[in-house]
Amino acid sequence: MQKYILRRIILLVPTLIGMSFLIFAMVRLLPGDIVDALVGLDPTFTEEQKNVLRESFGLNDPWPIQYAKWLGGMVQGDFGTSFRSREPITEQILRALPITLELAILAIVFSIIVAIPLGVVSALRQNSQVDFWARFAGLIGLSVPSFWLATLFLLFTSLTFRWVPSVIWISPLEDPLGNLQQMFLPSLALSVQLMAVEMRMVRASMLEVLRQDYIRTAWAKGLDLNAILYRHALKNAFIPVITIIGIQLGALMGGSIIIEQIFGLPGVGWTMLQGIFNRDYPVVQVASLFLAAAFVLINLSVDLTYAYLDPRIKYS
Amino acid sequence: MSEEQISAFQPQSTRQPMSQRSIMSRTGWLVKNHPIGFLGGVIVLFVIFTAIFAPLIATHDPAAQKSKRLLPPSAEHWMGTDELGRDVYSRIIYASRTSLYVGVLSVALAVVLGVTTGVAAGYIGGTFDNIVMRFVDILFAFPALVLAIVITGLLGPSLTNAMIAIGVVFSPRFARVARGSVLSVKNEVYLEAARVIGGKQWHIVRLYVLPNILAPLIVLATLTLSLGILAEAGLSFLGLGTQPPDPAWGLMLSQGRKFMELSPGLAIFPGLAIMVTVLAFNFLGDGLRDALDPRLKL
Repeated sequence: MQKYILRRIILLVPTLIGMSFLIFAMVRLLPGDIVDALVGLDPTFTEEQKNVLRESFGLNDPWPIQYAKWLGGMVQGDFGTSFRSREPITEQILRALPITLELAILAIVFSIIVAIPLGVVSALRQNSQVDFWARFAGLIGLSVPSFWLATLFLLFTSLTFRWVPSVIWISPLEDPLGNLQQMFLPSLALSVQLMAVEMRMVRASMLEVLRQDYIRTAWAKGLDLNAILYRHALKNAFIPVITIIGIQLGALMGGSIIIEQIFGLPGVGWTMLQGIFNRDYPVVQVASLFLAAAFVLINLSVDLTYAYLDPRIKYS
Repeated sequence: MSEEQISAFQPQSTRQPMSQRSIMSRTGWLVKNHPIGFLGGVIVLFVIFTAIFAPLIATHDPAAQKSKRLLPPSAEHWMGTDELGRDVYSRIIYASRTSLYVGVLSVALAVVLGVTTGVAAGYIGGTFDNIVMRFVDILFAFPALVLAIVITGLLGPSLTNAMIAIGVVFSPRFARVARGSVLSVKNEVYLEAARVIGGKQWHIVRLYVLPNILAPLIVLATLTLSLGILAEAGLSFLGLGTQPPDPAWGLMLSQGRKFMELSPGLAIFPGLAIMVTVLAFNFLGDGLRDALDPRLKL
């Protein structure tokens, strides 16, 4: 078991390196470079001037050197400098990270509040009206694009309450209520799809657990429903559910990009997007690697937690 | 013990496996046992029909800016007009072409890339398998939207590039499934028999391996189609996919968003179109998965 954990953690390193290499290669291989993008078709810029610019960006070094420099810097915590703003990217990411994290966590909290009770009730009253409508709503929730939902929310609040969300980020440290107000709609929009997946999982998992022999024994012993649920059923049913939630948390790292863009929340996804629009390649590299690495790390933690929680799993 | 009591001699079912039945009988099965899947199939056919016959179904030219801007739905403009005076309904109809085009072609790309890679890796095995799957895993380790946005952003925002990006992003799934299926049939006796009687490698793959992996691939393809349409909508919403003035549901949503207080339809109708189409493919995929499940042996 210890060896399994160690092996997975060690395997993380080549995966991360491989991903960083892929991103680096994509950015360098694809057409157009930053200087052409910055300068455009401005005829007053001669080739030599462009080359000087390229030199200053370090673009004239051979690729292996560029890659080594970049990777070496990252390991030491220096993520490079933005082409556009000349600001250290490390600071940008550190500012953006808590925003994305808060969005993801709030979305998951909202989804759990609805999905778990609904899933449990749906399983307990299988094939009833409640179950049917819950499953139907679940299927619809899976197909609703979150950016459309966010748009509809904004439409509703602006038409009904004459309210639009703030355009500047309100930190929770300065104004918790204002921050919550700002984050409420985006988290809600994100949470709907999560809810649908979780509800299905809770229902399926509960149904399976309720069929087990030990539940039947408890029932025969005379335990009432509440006791059965809280002492036996829920704990076991939740193992796969926690796994799904963990995976969703990882997926939210990338999935929140569009929502961040709609609401103007300067998170990691938004930073990456702005980098793409501005042809700011260092920012794109670091931000996308960051999101990908977060995704991989979270998935790994989920796997390890799952192995830890479920005593039936034995890894040789 | 008599033969009836030994379960191995009991027929599982007298009916044919699904993969060998006619289309009529398969459809009938779907209607009876999986009405949601059937409903999905019907809507999908409807969307395909709309896309193919768009010029006949649309009421106006989707690019014509003749009418007044931001009109509410009326008899002449069934869904009103957008911020440039174009008929929203016609644009939505024509945008179905974009969505299906991107959806189908990106899945096709994912299938071609993924299945050839996966089958090759599974069949050849050894170091080749190791190296190839390592690369596939790295691709798979990326969050889908992040990778799609990066690829499209770097290639340059356009419909074609969005399609390529989505295809590349979804190919690892197909590679994994294809490889898994190949591995599970690789050691079957009939393959060895085919080799013994002198069948060539490619021949074996085509005649024996491929038909057996078709079922999970079809289900994956349908579900990936729905994801692909959603991804296209997201990319064009961000401005990285279809470029104006071409109609695309995501693009219409992002452009209409700015004027939605004046004309809510601009935000409602494109999103509704996306949702219905994605829903339909999800339903169909659900139905197909149940229908093609080999364990059911219906």
